[in-house]
Order: sequence, then structure tokens, then C-alpha cells
Amino acid sequence: MAWTRDQMAARAAQELQDGYYVNLGIGIPTLVANHIPDGVDVTLQSENGMLGMGPFPYEGEENADLINAGKQTITTLPKSSFFDSATSFAMIRGGHIDLSILGAMEVAENGDIANWMIPGKMVKGMGGAMDLVAGVKRCIALFDHTNKRGESKFLKACTLPLTGQKCISMVITDLGVFTRDEGQKRFRMLELAPDVTLDEVKAKTEADVVWG
Amino acid sequence: MPARSDSLGVNKKDKTLSKIYKNAADALAGLTFDGMTVMSGGFGLCGIAENLIAALRDTAVKDITCISNNAGVDGFGLGQLLETRQIKKMISSYVGENKEFERQFLGGELELEFNPQGTLAERIRAGGAGIPGFYVKTGVGTVIAEGKPTRDFNGEDYIMETGLRADLSIIKAWKGDAQGNLIFNSTARNFNAPMATAGKVTVVEVDEIVPVGALDPNHIHTPGIFVQRIIEAKCEKRVENRTVREKN
Repeated sequence: MAWTRDQMAARAAQELQDGYYVNLGIGIPTLVANHIPDGVDVTLQSENGMLGMGPFPYEGEENADLINAGKQTITTLPKSSFFDSATSFAMIRGGHIDLSILGAMEVAENGDIANWMIPGKMVKGMGGAMDLVAGVKRCIALFDHTNKRGESKFLKACTLPLTGQKCISMVITDLGVFTRDEGQKRFRMLELAPDVTLDEVKAKTEADVVWG
Repeated sequence: MPARSDSLGVNKKDKTLSKIYKNAADALAGLTFDGMTVMSGGFGLCGIAENLIAALRDTAVKDITCISNNAGVDGFGLGQLLETRQIKKMISSYVGENKEFERQFLGGELELEFNPQGTLAERIRAGGAGIPGFYVKTGVGTVIAEGKPTRDFNGEDYIMETGLRADLSIIKAWKGDAQGNLIFNSTARNFNAPMATAGKVTVVEVDEIVPVGALDPNHIHTPGIFVQRIIEAKCEKRVENRTVREKN
């Protein structure tokens, strides 16, 4: 069985380490917050200007001035702090954030990522994605292994306009986990989702991967 | 010694020393012209200067270049200025929440310049700080780098970005005084604080004007030097994505 979105998020949460400052992208990466392992204290950064993001509010306790980067209402924690957008991206660009987990349309075998535009379609914008992949110490891409037509999204080279170059060090898809260690040119397969066969993953992967 | 202030901080002998204006229309009087560049604070609909945006629409000023992280939603925030075709160009990082924007852009009626969000924030910060250009790694090897000078620092490529200034910044704060000292609320600070520094004229609307001296100088986010005009005004404060959790 391939992993569900929630299981992918849970697997990504295993990469969190005690004391980490973490930025979670919009979509599946947001679910990672529900799976932070017990005993691991991480501080979530929201690029619109908050460290120490708390859970969603109870009904009736929403504050329009307190939202995350997905424009969802959130709450504070005792450790929370607020800051402006320039300071927020000083944290991101300046390498102060330990880990970013973000969605992807395509990832290439060299760690390139494309996740912001499809030529010919209305482009919504890159938001903070380019800053995150350029500045955060470690970036994990979380995405479905294939598109709706069954074609691989883990490629030899991205076909879509890039968000960043050689910046992804781990890929987590519904089929498995791939890691590209510091200084390595390619990813190697780390694990497969339960009951997913190596042949299936190989058939669905265009990227040249070291198959363990 | 100058005369002391009354409760609103307005100097009784010489009212021009106060930065407080009656309402949004008053606060924009004499500041607008066709072809002007306007910075508009906020992230999504959080921390937008609702009353000043509406007042800018009412001036009917045209061909605005608008620098704002987002473009509002249909009929609200900057969406109001799009409906009236007052905006010629947007400089933004994300514009996904607005059908009228999409229609005008695809129809070639609206120019759009995407900036990575952090680059946009830093361009504004730099502009306000008198820094005309700087280098970042963000966007190296992407379409963002096209046409921009690049330079090697310590073996890595960086691209040059330029500082941004505006003829007018319209921003939203939580509390302010007659001197223009401001504090922001929660995540409504976002682009408002850097934009306050980058406007030739900065006009701010606050939830509450407090007497001079009521704000602790240790806690002021934006010192009054960056603010020229201030109004107190009620905001609707729409939430784009209201999300709650169940009580156990």
C-alpha cells in the first residue's frame, strides 16, 4: 500500500529533531505538525511573521490578526514571537531555520525543485518558496510520486521553471523515501512504503537513483 | 518649552504639529496623482489598511504601480482598486486569491512582476534604509535571475536586487500616537513595518489612537519618524481561511 497523505506527513515528521526551527509549506507539509514525535520540541516558523506557531483556535476564539502563511487562523504558545516580513526572511535566507518541508510539482535527481509555475496556466506566484529553498539548512520535498497520468514527478531534470537548484536533500513520496547526502550528486533509496515493490518504484521513477 | 499636548497628543497652540487626520479621505488629500507608486501593507487580508485602500479608490487616481505581497480578493482590499482599473502594475509574491486579477492579467490589461516574498520584503527594507541594491541567493538559476547582474561571493553565485521606494505607503497598525509611533498586533505586522520606512509619505490607519506617552518607548515597533499621517478607523478584518479545532 502506498502511503496516504497523512502517512507521508507522519514519515516526514520522523525527520524532526529536538530543538529544530522548522518551516512547513502549505498543503501536505502542514499535516506534519500533527505528527511531531513525543519528546521532540520543535518551533514552527510561519513566514508571515511568527515563531512558535500554536494549534488552530477553538470556535469563537479566532483572531483575524493571527494567521499562518496559508491564511488560516492559528494561536500562540508561551514561547511565541512576532516580527515583520523582512525579519522573517532574514531568518529564512540567513540560514537560521533548520528544516523546511515543502510540496513539489517536480524534483530532479540533482536536487533541483519546481513547485511554483506551469507555463500556459495562470501563475499564482512563488510566495516564499524560492527564499526557503535558497536559505534553509535542509529541505525535504513531500509529493505524490506520479502525476494524474501516472508519469514520474521524480525526474532526471525538471521540465517546469525551477524554484531552486540542488537544494532538496530528501524526497518523501507516497511510495518511499530517498536521501541525497551532503556532497552527493544523486539520491539513494532509503525505504519503501509497506507492500510497495522495488520494481514498482523503479518503473515509476525517471530519476537516476542509487537503489540501495 | 512648547505647549503640552491634550489627550490625543494634539498640540493646542499649533495643531499642525500633530500627525492625526480626521478620516481616510482627509489623510490622502494632496498625496495622490496618476502614475504614482503605492505600497500597501498586509499579508493576504491580514493587516491591510482597509479604509485607506477605499479612500484611494475614491480619489479615482489612475495608473497606479502597486507594491503589495498580495492583491486582495474579489471586491475587497486591493480587489477594489482592480475592479475600478486603477492599478496598472502589481509587484507581488502571490496573487492566487483574485479572479478579477486573473481576468485582467490574462487579458493583458494588467502588468505583473513577481518577486520572491523574502526578496520583496528585503527590497522594501533596503529602499527605506537608503540601500539601492544588494545580493541574494534566492532565485539563482531561475527565471527570477534573468537579466540581473550576478556575482560570486565565497564560491557561490548571488543575484543583485534593487531597493524599492514608493510615493505613498498605506499601512495598518494596532495602536499609534500623534507622533506616529506605532505598535502592530500579532501577525498583522508583516509588510506594514518595512513599508512604513519606504514611503516618501507614509499614512497609517490604526485601531486605536492613544495619547503621546501611553506607548512604552521600549515596545514601539515603528518610530514616528517614518509616519507622516495617522487616522483611527474601524476595520472589518476579514478572515480568508477560518480554521478551528474541535473541543475535546
